[in-house]
Parts: sequence; structure tokens; C-alpha cells
Amino acid sequence: MATKGIVKGIVSNLVTLEVNGPVSQNEICFISVAGVKLMAEVIKVIGQNAFAQVFESTRGMKVGDEAEFEGHLLEVTLGPGMLSRNYDGLQNDLDKMDGVFLRRGQYTFALDNDRLWAFKPFATAGDTVEAGHWLGEVDENFQPHKIMVPFVFEGKYTVKSIVGEGEYTINDTIAVLTSEDGRDVPVNMIQKWPVKKAIEKYVEKPRPFKLLETGVRTIDTVNPIVEGGTGFIPGPFGTGKTVMQHAISKQAEADIVVIAACGERANEVVEIFAEFPHLVDPHTGRKLMERTIIIANTSNMPVAAREASVYTAMTISEYYRSMGLKVLLMADSTSRWAQALREMSNRLEELPGPDAFPMDLSAIIANFYARAGFVKLYNGATGSVTFIGTVSPAGGNLKEPVTENTKKVARCFYALEQERADRKRYPAINPIDSYSKYLEYPEFQEYIAEHVSPSWIEKVNEIKTRMLRGKEISEQINILGDDGVPVDYHITFWKSELIDFVILQQDAFDEIDAVTPLERQEFMLDQVVNVCRTEFRFDTFIEVMDFFKNLINVFKQMNYSEYKSEKFNEFVQQANELIKNKATIN
Amino acid sequence: MATKAFQKIYTKITQITKATCSLKATGIGYDELASVNGRLAQVVKIAGDEVTLQVFAGTEGIPTNAEVTFMGKAPTLKVGEQLAGRFFNAYGDPIDGGPSIDGKEVEIGGPSVNPVRREQPSELIATGIAGIDLNNTLVTGQKIPFFADPDQPFNQVMALVALRAESDKIILGGMGMTNDDYLFFKNTFSNAGALDRIVSFINTTEGPSVERLLIPDMSLTAAEYFAVEKHEKVLVLLTDMTNYADALAIVSNRMDQIPSKDSMPGSIYSDLAKIYEKAVQFPDGGSITIIAVTTLSGGDITHAVPDNTGYITEGQLYLRRDSDIGKVIVDPFRSLSRLKQLVTGKKTRQDHPQVMNAAVRLYADAANAKTKLENGFDLTDYDNRALSFAKDYSEKLLAIDVNLNTEEMLDVAWSLFAEYFTPAEVNIKQELVNKFWKN
Repeated sequence: MATKGIVKGIVSNLVTLEVNGPVSQNEICFISVAGVKLMAEVIKVIGQNAFAQVFESTRGMKVGDEAEFEGHLLEVTLGPGMLSRNYDGLQNDLDKMDGVFLRRGQYTFALDNDRLWAFKPFATAGDTVEAGHWLGEVDENFQPHKIMVPFVFEGKYTVKSIVGEGEYTINDTIAVLTSEDGRDVPVNMIQKWPVKKAIEKYVEKPRPFKLLETGVRTIDTVNPIVEGGTGFIPGPFGTGKTVMQHAISKQAEADIVVIAACGERANEVVEIFAEFPHLVDPHTGRKLMERTIIIANTSNMPVAAREASVYTAMTISEYYRSMGLKVLLMADSTSRWAQALREMSNRLEELPGPDAFPMDLSAIIANFYARAGFVKLYNGATGSVTFIGTVSPAGGNLKEPVTENTKKVARCFYALEQERADRKRYPAINPIDSYSKYLEYPEFQEYIAEHVSPSWIEKVNEIKTRMLRGKEISEQINILGDDGVPVDYHITFWKSELIDFVILQQDAFDEIDAVTPLERQEFMLDQVVNVCRTEFRFDTFIEVMDFFKNLINVFKQMNYSEYKSEKFNEFVQQANELIKNKATIN
Repeated sequence: MATKAFQKIYTKITQITKATCSLKATGIGYDELASVNGRLAQVVKIAGDEVTLQVFAGTEGIPTNAEVTFMGKAPTLKVGEQLAGRFFNAYGDPIDGGPSIDGKEVEIGGPSVNPVRREQPSELIATGIAGIDLNNTLVTGQKIPFFADPDQPFNQVMALVALRAESDKIILGGMGMTNDDYLFFKNTFSNAGALDRIVSFINTTEGPSVERLLIPDMSLTAAEYFAVEKHEKVLVLLTDMTNYADALAIVSNRMDQIPSKDSMPGSIYSDLAKIYEKAVQFPDGGSITIIAVTTLSGGDITHAVPDNTGYITEGQLYLRRDSDIGKVIVDPFRSLSRLKQLVTGKKTRQDHPQVMNAAVRLYADAANAKTKLENGFDLTDYDNRALSFAKDYSEKLLAIDVNLNTEEMLDVAWSLFAEYFTPAEVNIKQELVNKFWKN
């Protein structure tokens, strides 16, 4: 018999339930309030009292209201039909809900029960299979969606029967598997998985090494992220975190993009709803929405569901990774998730850690980032979950628990900076503080040498050094004045400005400049490094400034023109002439 | 509030703090309203048969044998067309001497809009102030605060924006507003002949601070009525949200909650977001736009209130007194409207985005030149031109007394570019330079 509970106490969304049987930590229950069942999750148990966080408003709840326990943890439903959907943090399909306003207690099914899917079997009767093995595939928005042996299956199974090629709904049995002890288990296209547990149906998780192209120069060229890599973008408000996230999710060369809007503005999600159905994936020419799943738990939606939303998003990502797909997961913002943890910890009257966050925050963040990665599957195929989270540090101060704990685990750090944003140097990623650890991976260096160019990494490191040198000189000029330093210093400074304006700065709202394919990035890097390595002769610093301002202007026009178009080539020509006139002939 | 005959009256209060009191009661719903000796209170905690009430007007003089009755409902507001032109207190009762409202009673602090049912904001709100329209264009359905020190004229600018913006209704939510400011708004709106489209919910500094907690929800419930049922464009003015946050901190403190940054409750982000996220564009034309005020202490935006607000709202506007021209300007560096790209260059002329950025960049160059000057260094010719540009730009565009349409603003900007710079220095897309450069 299912365990039942009675409401004993209420503080905001934390409810104390007196239970009449066994309950487990994180078990789901439904509390009936005036005829509406509200979903809740057990987060602490003391004696007969279970403390549950309700995923909805508790308005009107009374002592004595009844709860029923479900016997399972918070789960997601996995199967074909998740792409292009808009879910809330608990994977309810938002489009299936009635009315303009969200009604509490309204839970909608994540998939489509009636839709027919064209199934192609891979397995044949007699095959031995295990959890995560591919039984067949259906075509989901032009992605091969593998139908797998449910992840919860333990041990080996024999395929007793499998249906032939044809059209089936998600509920139709597509195969019958026989367990080692002789039980026959029917399998359809749906499976469930608890969100807080990682899906680990892979053989190994090697170090990631393949560049994940994003079309953003300051990432791809300067601090690249890789398939299966992790990165984070901290920044004070107004420095362009969201624009950055949207740019990456639009342009990244991924098969599937999962966007977790976690405690952020609803209008930002609406922007995705409005734009993605029209925007074209630059890599496949298909509509962006076709490869995108949105988990929208905006800041005005219930706080407890906000915590769940990042796990829901991660679990869905891992599911697609098990099919051998490249998944990119973006979470905006992980700070809101941490704050949701803080609110609950506070209501539970736990002893607080730094800044009133729970003591185990660092472990929670580390475990979550560890779920990303590049994996080899049982059949030799590979898949990846690349995770990029944003962090909204309080007061823009990076010395706060969420940023510090994230920094320990994420391999790429894209520090958005107020000062750059104020000067409208977008994207406002500080070129000196930011880093990508992947640049140091020998596997990655080999990959780049083979796929891009053997001299690429060297040039990237060169521009980084030049940016640092440029910053040092600019500080000296500020102290000593323009005349107080040699003209050569001005040249070095302006070379770093050239790198900044041409490579680092990018206009996310310009149709052409917004996306820079890798080939074009390589070309521009070569051009810029070429200028940097050229010796110039100038008599005064004013000449230096005028020359480089002109040159920067020409290069920027290049960035605004279509690659290799007539106009583009003209600007290249113009730049070359400018350079030739002032270069010292060695 | 009159007590109904069948209501149970409790007379045994077990605990009293400055803002809350507790008593033994059963069958009480969470968030339910109660009356404690005639003062309105709300259930904030239930533990077994002990119910804790937050008394909005404070607990001064509440005896342990106070009469407590429960109303079986959360706070409500009666909504209807009659709201227009009226002034109410935090409980939604008229304070202008007029009759009470006869309308549909709705719970305040209602549910959120399903994000998939929202429309992307796309309608420009013209204010005539170039510091806003040119650099930080506002859009219907947006939420944006002024970050201002208490001595800055934010209420004046807000009133100006409210009157110039073409909205069907203006809802004024005043929290801890001085009586003088309240009268300022009343007179300004009344002189402009706009009173009939204004609804006000006012808690002045004379009223108890905890009452303020009701003001945003009251205002937004009224706004939702006009936006949802009447498909109207509603502009909500909330001033001052820092006072609201302070009231939150008081209550959380009385309830022994562990404070997080700056003594604010750990839930400050969610609390503020719940209010600001009521800003919305509905598909059928109705919209709620929120312009708020967050006062800063000494310009510190890292304080928990402005900081959390900045993460929630779609930009922020700063006012600053420019000593070069002796006028208040909208600070182009720190102000930001996140939704501006939905309209700039689309609903406005194509050169808008680039002109806006170029002007601010040149203004930044002038700021650098000024630093050089102050440090005693020689200025280059470019520095001098940038400084002259900055002064003109400030005077002709950034000052809050400017009243132009967007095209005029752009033309002014192009004239200033041509007056002081070469096209290469301005660094704008060539095709726009060809089209708009003033020779």
C-alpha cells in the first residue's frame, strides 16, 4: 500500500507531513489542496515527519490536508518527440496547458501519445543486449533518435522478438526482451529516469578533444570549448550574458541544443520562442527550433521547480548523448539554481555556509558539471554533452560561493567584465582573465593541428600575450602620458587594440558579423597576426593612432562584409596597401 | 471589516513580535487573511495548531486577548472600470473620499503567465527623451527601474515618461512615498488632464512599513485586469522598490530567518522577480510595462536590492548631473535597455543601432580625454574634438529636458559626428555613412 501523509505545518513552500509508512529521501508525493493535487519532493525526514518542498504555491493549504506518496523519485519521461518542445522545470509540456495563466496542479504529458513514428529495427531476435543498447531508431526532426533498452534494466537480456520496419506510437511494444532468469519484458519507445541520477550507459569517458565551433571568435579562436567540455560565463548584469548564451545556442555546431532557462526573465525565453522557429541552423540549413528543447522555469515560476529544471535538462541531454549525438546544454543561470537551494536550506533551518548558501553547494555544483562529457558507447559510437552555465555573481563580485565553486570544476572560464561592457566592447569577455584549459590538452592540440592548422595554437597564444602586453602599456601610458613612453610602445598598444577590435569584438546583432565560421576565423587571425608581426616606422604617437584607427576601420568593414565577396576582397586589398605604406622593409 | 455571524473569534494570542503574532487555531489555510483587533493580517506560518500572522499595520498595542477572525481567503482587490481615476491605500480601500469599488473580487499575487502564451514585446514606447529613446529605447511589456540616489529627480522623470508614453492606463504604486511626492504625482497628472486614466495605490511614509508589501501586488492585479480583460496598454510605476525590500527584510527578520547578503532575506531574488515578471505583452494587444525606482545608497549598485533587481529587470536607467552643462542627463554608460534591439533599426530608422553605439563610444573617448586632462597630460587634437563633441552630445541629446522624435535624434547625432569627426573615426558601416553622413 502506498504511504500516505497528513499536513502538519507550512512555511511558504516547505510542508511538514506526518507519514504512516516508509518514505525515501527525494520521493515524490502529491498533496491535495482544495481538490487540486500539488506535486512535492521529500527533502528531509525526521521520525514520522517528512519535510517536502512543494513545486507550486501553497496558498490555501491547511493542516490536515492529505498527501500520497508515489514510491519513486522525480523522473523525466524520455522518448521520441521531445525536440522543439517547451517544458517547464518538471518537464510539463507548456503548450498543452490551457489558458494564459499557469494553473497550479496542472501537469501535462511530455510526449505525444498519438503520433506515429517510422521505426527501423537494428537488433534481431536472439541478440544479447543491455541497458542503453540500441534496438532501433526513428526519425525525430531529421535526427536519428535511437530507441534504447531502458536504462533501468539490469544485467543481460536476449531479444525475443522485435517488430519490423513500420509506423508505431510511443506506447506500442516494439520488442520483447527476455531476462537472464527467463522473464519476458515488453519494451516500447518510452522510458523513465530519475533526474538527479546521471545516465552512465557508456563504456568510457575520455578527455574531450574535438573543437565545438560556436561562431563566436572570442571563444573559438581565443578560448575554445570542446565537444563534451564544460564552461561557465560569470558576469554582472548588463554585460551581455544572455546575448552570449543565445549566440552560442543559435550557432554552435551541435546536433541537439537544450536550453535551461533557470530562474531568468520570461521575455528572454519568449525571444527564443519567437526567433528560433524562423532562424536557420548554419550547419544543416534546417530550422533551429527543430534541434532545440527549452526547459523554461522563469524567475516567477515556483522556486523548487527551478532547482529541478537544471536536472531535467541534464537528464534529457544525457539521453540524447546515449544515442551518439552531440548535445549542447546551456543553463542560464546556475546562480538562480543555487539560490533556490539556499531558500530551501534556509527554510529547513540548516546551519548556513558562506553567504547563507548550503554547506554542500560545492559538491552539488561539482557533481552537476561532472555529468557533462564526451563518451564512447558500447558500439564504438561517441556522443557528448557540452555544458555551459552562466553565473550571476552578486554585485558582480567573482569572490562569491557560486562563482568560486564553479571555477573549480568548469574547464573554460569566460569572464564578462563591466568595464568592457561600459565601453561597448562586446562580447565583453575579458581576454586576459578568461581561459580555456583545453588549449593545453595535447589531444586538442593534435586535433587542431590536423583539422585547422599546425600554426593555429601558436598564433592564438601570441595574440593572448600581445593583449596582456597591450594592457600593461596602456596602464603605463595612463601614468606617464602619451609623450612619456616611446613611440614603439604606442605601436605595441595599438596592435593589441587591433586584435581587440577585429578578433575579440563581434556584433551579435549584425547579420554577417554575428557568426564567423572557422575558416573565416582562421583567415582573420592570419591577417591580424600578420599585422602584429610587421615592423612599422612612425615618428609620433599621433601617426600611430591615426594609422591604426584607419586600419581597424577597414578590418571592421571586412567583418561586416560577406566572406570572400567582392567588397570583402576590396577591403583586404585596402588593408594591405595601408600596411605596405607604413611597414619598414627589412 | 465586519465580522460575519458564523465566524469563529479567537481571543488568545500566544506570542507577539513587532510584526507578527501567533495563536492556536485550526482549519486555517496558508496565505489566508485575518483580522487582529480590526488590523489586517496574513498567515505566514503554520506549525500544527499554531498559526503565525503577519500584522500589516504592526503590532503596537495588540493585547494577548485581541479578537482574531480568519477570512478564509487570501488578500483580494475589487476590479472594474471604476478603478480609473481613483486613489487607494495598500488594502485597496479608497483614500480619496470616493465610494468603494463595486466589482469582481480577485486574489492579488495571482499566478504567472505561461511563457508560451506571451508575445515578444515589439512596440516602442516613445518618451521624447533622447537619453531613453535613442540610447535605451523602451518597449511595451518591458520592466525597467531607475537606479537613483534619493536626491535625484527620478519621480519627475518618471511622471514625464508616464505622461508622454501613449498608454491607456497608468497605475501608480507608491511605497513609503513622502506625502509631498504623492501630491506631486497627483498634481502633475491632474494638471495634464490625465487623472481619468490613472489608478493609484499609495502607502506614504506615514503608513506602517509592512503595509507596503501589498502595494505591488495590488497595483499589478489592477494592471492585469485592464491588460487582460480590456486589452489595454498599461504602464505601472512602482516607487520606491527599495522601501518594499526593506519591509521584506523586516518581516523575515521578525520570523527569525537567516539573512543573506545585506540583511536581505534569502528569497529576495524570487520575491522581486514575482513582481517584475508581471510585465508582459499579451498576444491580443494588452500589455503591462513596469517602470520602477530603486533608490541606491551612495550610488552603490552592488547592494543586494539593486543587484538582484538588475538581474531581474530588462535594463536600468541612471540619472546623473553633468557638471559641464549643468543639467541632469541619462547616463549613457551605465544605462541599458535590454529590449531595445527588438525595436531599434526595425521600428526606427536602420542607422539607429550603429549611431547609438558610435556616439556612446565617442563619448567614452571624451571621458578618457578628460581623465588625461585631469592628470595634467597634453591633449591631442582628437581628444579636444572628442571633448567638444561630448559637451554638445550631452546638451543636445542626453539632457532630460530634450523632447525630439527618434529621427530628429538620429539627425542631431549625424550632425555632431560630421562637425567633430571623420567617418573613419566614427567607425560605422560604410553603407550607412554613404547614406547619412552630413557634409
